[in-house]
Amino acid sequence: MTALLDVESLLVEMCDDLKEHLTTKKIDSPCVIGIRTGGVWLASYIHKKLNIKEPCGELDISFYRDDFTRIGLNPTVKPSSLPFETEGRDIVLVDDVVMSGRTIRAAMNELFDYGRPASITLVALIDLDGRELPIQPDIVGQKMALKDNQQIKLKGPEGLALEVTEK
Amino acid sequence: MTQPTEPNRLQLNEQGRLRHFLTLDGLNREILTEILDTADSFIEVGERSIKKVPLLRGKTVVNLFFEASTRTRSTFELAAKRLSADVLNLNISTSATSKGESLSDTLQNLEAMASDMFVVRHSQSGAPHFIAESVTPKVSIINAGDGRHAHPTQAMLDMLTIRQHKGHFEGLKVAIVGDILHSRVARSQIRALNTLGVDEVRVIAPNTLLPVDIESLGASVFNSMKDGLDDVDVIIMLRLQKERMEGALLPSEHEFYELYGLTTEKLKYAKPDAIVMHPGPINRGVEIESAVADGPQSVILNQVTNGIAVRMAVMSMAMSGQTAAISTSS
Repeated sequence: MTALLDVESLLVEMCDDLKEHLTTKKIDSPCVIGIRTGGVWLASYIHKKLNIKEPCGELDISFYRDDFTRIGLNPTVKPSSLPFETEGRDIVLVDDVVMSGRTIRAAMNELFDYGRPASITLVALIDLDGRELPIQPDIVGQKMALKDNQQIKLKGPEGLALEVTEK
Repeated sequence: MTQPTEPNRLQLNEQGRLRHFLTLDGLNREILTEILDTADSFIEVGERSIKKVPLLRGKTVVNLFFEASTRTRSTFELAAKRLSADVLNLNISTSATSKGESLSDTLQNLEAMASDMFVVRHSQSGAPHFIAESVTPKVSIINAGDGRHAHPTQAMLDMLTIRQHKGHFEGLKVAIVGDILHSRVARSQIRALNTLGVDEVRVIAPNTLLPVDIESLGASVFNSMKDGLDDVDVIIMLRLQKERMEGALLPSEHEFYELYGLTTEKLKYAKPDAIVMHPGPINRGVEIESAVADGPQSVILNQVTNGIAVRMAVMSMAMSGQTAAISTSS
């Protein structure tokens, strides 16, 4: 097990990049939504740092996974919580790691079941090599490549830290 | 038809996951808790403006009701539709079986239409079990009530309602009142309550409406509402199933109501925060007084709402178990 990267400093840089991105896109009132579990911790940080008015949303994509019939349902699914209307809103969607792109696809499918957003900006702390779908984050903390027998996990919510472990 | 003897040989796959849902007999606390937890997570879907998730998209669910039902069939249909399945409601009274086609032929035809799940209600105990034995591995069977045997999804929605209102099962005293003899619901409820660890399950009824083996299921018998309701946390009223009564088991409905109907007065025997349940349809003035059925302690409409979430949970778990079983065997 190896702890690596300073998550806090990555988040500071990501918030600066996100501010600039939103300004360029002329988005002045975004809604921040984190994908459970790691994405919610990061979204909470970004939400506070950017001083967003709307409460932070949480998305659980378990019902939208495309591998449900192979791996079954997670019985500890908590309901998604979107305490604002998403219809016509500019969404900042946050996840800890983007790899295949399938989680983000599921998240977008779920978001559209709540309404049609004006835009979705994707923020990811780590962008791993291994995309299976044409989905790319707009804001990335760090690009990485892991060996076949490795996986990465965000630990939190207090003292956020990234750990690479052997499978 | 014979009573099923080894339900789990059929209803669990090699990984111990649900593949059919026929009875609660033999299912352990972990699986029942998994059903409740999964159902809990589906409740929020019913509160969305778009009440759908894509879990069973592309799957075909056939409601195969050999016995009349409105509430159960509707909630199964809504559950399947909220999981994005295609639903076929087969009205058996006007189907080919009434023209002489055998059950096996009807099932084979439905399988040939690439159905993935049959929700079966039948007046004969063991019919869903028999169908589960007969169908191909690509079909899951959900029991929506068979004879006097079992109604497992009803029992699980009752358990979900109890957990929502009481938070736990340990230490609870639960009374089931009325026509226990003809009730498949009561049998499944007693099984579920004991598996989930309640303190005591009581049945309250005249001896003519009690099966002889009721105590062996894990329930204590009371013939008086005063004694039976004393200090209970949950009261489950049952419908008098007059259509199943072959003889004169009751002097009159009026006398039954006098002795066993749940009135505001009799409700006072239970704990002040006791909840009142009824699987429906309610016979007002026969089993329960309107003031109680519509009163602050009644959770009867919560049961109906929870029925959709529990059926979504069972359907998605069985479909996932079916796919896992097929991929293991192929």
